[in-house]
Amino acid sequence: MNVQDLYAISPLIVLVTWATLLILVDVYIIRDRNGGTPILAALGLLVAMGFAIAQTGQQYTAFNGMAVVDGFAIFLQVLFLGSGLVGIALAYNYLQRMGIERSEYYILLLYSISGMMLMAIAADLIVVFLALELLSIPLYVLAGFGRPKVEPEEAALKYFLLGAFAGGFVVYGIALAFGATATTSLAGIVQAVNAGSANLTLLSIGAALILIGLGFKVAAVPFHMWTPDVYQGAPSAVTAFMSVGAKAGGFAALLRVFVSALPELAADLSPVLWVLAALTMILGNVVAIAQGNIKRLLAYSSIAHAGYILMALVVFGNTQVSSDAVAAALFYLVAYAVTSFGAWAVVIALEKAEQKGLALDDYAGLGRKYPGLAAAMAVFMLSFTGVPPTLGFVGKLYLFRTVLEGGFIWLAVIGVLTSLVSAYYYLRIVVIMYMRDGDPQVHAEPWLRLTAGVTAVATVVLSLYAGPLFAWASQAVLKLF
Amino acid sequence: MLPVGYYIALSAILFTLGALGVLIRRNSIVIFMSIELMLNAGNLAFVAFARAYQSLSGQIFVFFIMAVAAAEVAVGLALIVAIFQTKRSIDVDQLNTMQG
Repeated sequence: MNVQDLYAISPLIVLVTWATLLILVDVYIIRDRNGGTPILAALGLLVAMGFAIAQTGQQYTAFNGMAVVDGFAIFLQVLFLGSGLVGIALAYNYLQRMGIERSEYYILLLYSISGMMLMAIAADLIVVFLALELLSIPLYVLAGFGRPKVEPEEAALKYFLLGAFAGGFVVYGIALAFGATATTSLAGIVQAVNAGSANLTLLSIGAALILIGLGFKVAAVPFHMWTPDVYQGAPSAVTAFMSVGAKAGGFAALLRVFVSALPELAADLSPVLWVLAALTMILGNVVAIAQGNIKRLLAYSSIAHAGYILMALVVFGNTQVSSDAVAAALFYLVAYAVTSFGAWAVVIALEKAEQKGLALDDYAGLGRKYPGLAAAMAVFMLSFTGVPPTLGFVGKLYLFRTVLEGGFIWLAVIGVLTSLVSAYYYLRIVVIMYMRDGDPQVHAEPWLRLTAGVTAVATVVLSLYAGPLFAWASQAVLKLF
Repeated sequence: MLPVGYYIALSAILFTLGALGVLIRRNSIVIFMSIELMLNAGNLAFVAFARAYQSLSGQIFVFFIMAVAAAEVAVGLALIVAIFQTKRSIDVDQLNTMQG
């Protein structure tokens, strides 16, 4: 271990140390419940972000090839830290309003983000597994944060059991990959495959098991069953963070492992991914139509969007397209993060205690009574659908383009058709907000308004300057070897 | 010494038993034990391969898996206790408050 190794994980060191000290500060110095813990947590995220951004443009491996700093890692680390900041902003008043204000929320959030950041720099399957568990375990607790009530506890237990189940698949998959190549390092796997010393059958089975495990994490069909219940039962601020952070963490692992270590297996695995992506898009969008609860609707919507991002992974074996595909996936993750956080901010503004205020009918009359909030929600729904000029449209454009370049025309067709289906339920919310009369009860605290406003503006404005953002994402492709 | 294939076959059987247990059993604790069985099947495969390749890194991985499994136990049992206090049941078929 040398100084450069420590420099490589400096954002991580800062964040973990900060979170650990924050536990003590919270207990011994701040003491009262509505004290400065959220502000200190946000400050920690900003400091870690500074350390992450300071590494821009560098590429090197650390800890004997177990960690790698490259554009991909830095891009994702900034995304994770940013989503942590939004997670704090969404929770600040919400936890008070729901009577579950405990400062552990912010500390667990920081730990979960540290797992995601570790995932971004992982270059060894051991680190991938550790990062996966480090990001998941705090989220299991956060999902049950509304206790002692039955819904959050159910959500937490379901999330935990299925998350641990998925972890078992990842472990066994890694064990088989280790058996096939005698190494767990991603670079080592590539070397073994190129040298012909790897047992490709065993490696394929291992990769498939890893895919199943990570498929649970990103909520790909048919591993999505937990998503609606967990998203509905968990406190909305946690759900918002989960829908962005945990998903992006899972995709970070999928992209890193499959694109950089396993391109030789594309002949076997691409068709599997094709089917997964198609099923995820179709089922997510079709089942969302039948939902009357906004949290379940957004859960199915998040499943559907996982399907769109999976499209980028289908072309992972085609080395000419795969770097474009990674960039498109990263861009779509940003687009989805911005839109999703905005939509959840509106949901949180309308939510009341005891799971009230979450039916679609509760949005009736929002357009007349709270025009700003309704306009923001309309923007998010259009972005989810993929209507220009929004980030969602540009993201889908890049994704469909890479899929077509990779030669998967039918997959792109399915993507476009399911987007059309999704217009039905997204626009139904807009119709309910503007065309129906009602008396919505809204608690739009300053932080919620700020989040909804900033993300709404960003959804539109960033789509007009999508070129530079995509160029940044393009530089962020995997430069592992 | 037995060839490594036997150990891997045993670990595959254990893994399958664990996965089937998760899918078939309805008691949260038994499901959780089945998950532990899956993790330990992974451990067995790791140790067997590490022995076959004379490689230490596979054995090190087992320590990480055991540590993570312990952390999962801490959180998982706490969640199961919490839901038992609320619902007086840890049967996963009764986790049906939310439907849509």
